[in-house]
Amino acid sequence: MDIPTLTIGRVREGLLSRRFSAAELATEALRFAQAENPKTNAYLHFSPERALAAAERVDEQIARGEDPGPLAGVPVAVKDVILTKGVRTTCGSKLLASYVPPYDATAVERLEQAGGVIIGKTNCDEFAMGSSTENSAFGPVRNPVAPDRVPGGSSGGSAAVVAQGTAVVALGSDTGGSIRQPASFCGVVGVTPTYGRVSRYGLTAFASSLDHIGPFGRSVGDSATLLRVIAGRDFRDSTSADAPVPDYAALLGGNVKGLKLGLPREYLKDLMSETGDLISRGVDTLQTLGCQVREISLPSTDYAIACYYIICTAEASSNLARYDGVRYTFRSESSDTLSDMYRNTRGEGFGAECKRRIMLGTYVLSAGYYDAYYLKAQKVRAIVARDFANAFQEVDAIVAPVSPFPAFKLGEKVDDPLAMYLSDIYTITGSLAGIPCMSVPCGNTAGGLPVGMQILTRHFDETTMFRLADAFEQAQRR
Amino acid sequence: MKITEQEVRYVAGLANLKLTDAEVARFQADLDGILEHIGKLNEIDTSNAEPMAQVLFDAEETATLRADAPEPTLGDQAALANAPQPGAGYFKVPKVIER
Repeated sequence: MDIPTLTIGRVREGLLSRRFSAAELATEALRFAQAENPKTNAYLHFSPERALAAAERVDEQIARGEDPGPLAGVPVAVKDVILTKGVRTTCGSKLLASYVPPYDATAVERLEQAGGVIIGKTNCDEFAMGSSTENSAFGPVRNPVAPDRVPGGSSGGSAAVVAQGTAVVALGSDTGGSIRQPASFCGVVGVTPTYGRVSRYGLTAFASSLDHIGPFGRSVGDSATLLRVIAGRDFRDSTSADAPVPDYAALLGGNVKGLKLGLPREYLKDLMSETGDLISRGVDTLQTLGCQVREISLPSTDYAIACYYIICTAEASSNLARYDGVRYTFRSESSDTLSDMYRNTRGEGFGAECKRRIMLGTYVLSAGYYDAYYLKAQKVRAIVARDFANAFQEVDAIVAPVSPFPAFKLGEKVDDPLAMYLSDIYTITGSLAGIPCMSVPCGNTAGGLPVGMQILTRHFDETTMFRLADAFEQAQRR
Repeated sequence: MKITEQEVRYVAGLANLKLTDAEVARFQADLDGILEHIGKLNEIDTSNAEPMAQVLFDAEETATLRADAPEPTLGDQAALANAPQPGAGYFKVPKVIER
């Protein structure tokens, strides 16, 4: 059993032909992941009991001749902002270092019902706030491709375990690029579905109008299979959409001839050369597949960062108010009064980036500033969304970079929060509009660093996005 | 300057966040830079835009409602399991009112 080369299909084939059992696979996958983890710090903790229980259910189903489900026996990693009943969920925060959730996220419940085997929880920026996974209270994650570099963030752990081969697929969360950017930095596929496609029930809230759960995989097909399993209406999240969920993986493999693609001129004008070159080559490849490429304009791009960092911090400041020392494990010991307890717990518990965002969010919502900042940002968000709606009148999909540069060195950007925010430009726009977007590997720089290409499509049209990404992936392999 | 140290302390109070003097100085500088960038939004005309609070999609008006039927809840034992200081079925906190 060669764990790093497993795919969902190979696991299924191995199980059904009785070459190995799900329990044997889970045991071996756990052993391998634990042995490899010191190289990256990508897993925060493992869940052997839960993994073996899930694997045994799959083995029993196979023994009874039942269909064990589309994820049968597949080792899955889950970002540690997504709740797992009975398995510690820290959100990368000192505040929740010993928090054990009393219930499962819907996405977790669904992936286990489909036969998935959760082997551990992955490291991330504290409460998913960051672009490098350096903001974790439990130490940074190293990029498995280049250990002196970051894996991206905030879902850096989930991207790293898939790249490293210590899980076949993983769940991450994305608010402004937290799935796509680490996927790009680690050379794997990462998908942010349409807002509302996947239930957020059990996803620790950061910015509720922007938060998504989505899959990571080593191929478009595996990512598509995982998305189908976790997607769909859930009454426990009133923003989850009641839209039919196609069998994405079954729709792959066709040709993409005649598909109309748009290249936003605002995205390409100041790209660092190597990333820009790789994206251009990727676009050439899409043209050889018969796609029609034209330049489009997303005129409000320049305002997206400012708009995003007002909305996400405003929502975060309110969502993070609940960590006050009353209900969630950590309480400062040095407090005689209730208000001191709140202030000290939060002052001692939150890391610098969380505090910075709580401060900014509180400021933009405070009396006298609400109209100038928050309301203004909501209006700009509508204009950003309108830009995309206009573009999709002309094209079926938009192709863009994910990040202006490949993985940077650990420590390189930690002291300049604004520079870190500005690097989110290409991912934030799609998040504000709530459209599906993904990163698919597009080649490596001369120094061997992966670069991802972003594909964005209309609301609920993940099918076109996956079909295009799959055709591109096949072409890259040829 | 977009924000003063005094304002940083005021906002920290609103957010129930205890900051050290070093943090106040650091966040004053950080927020000042970020607010400077955010000032860019004044360049864009939003007079024809409705504020967008949420990503919307077509659905009937009651689409977000579940059936009005009782469902099992967590129960107080599970709900209190992560409390720093549970007691007698409640979350205990330091004294709020002086006698």
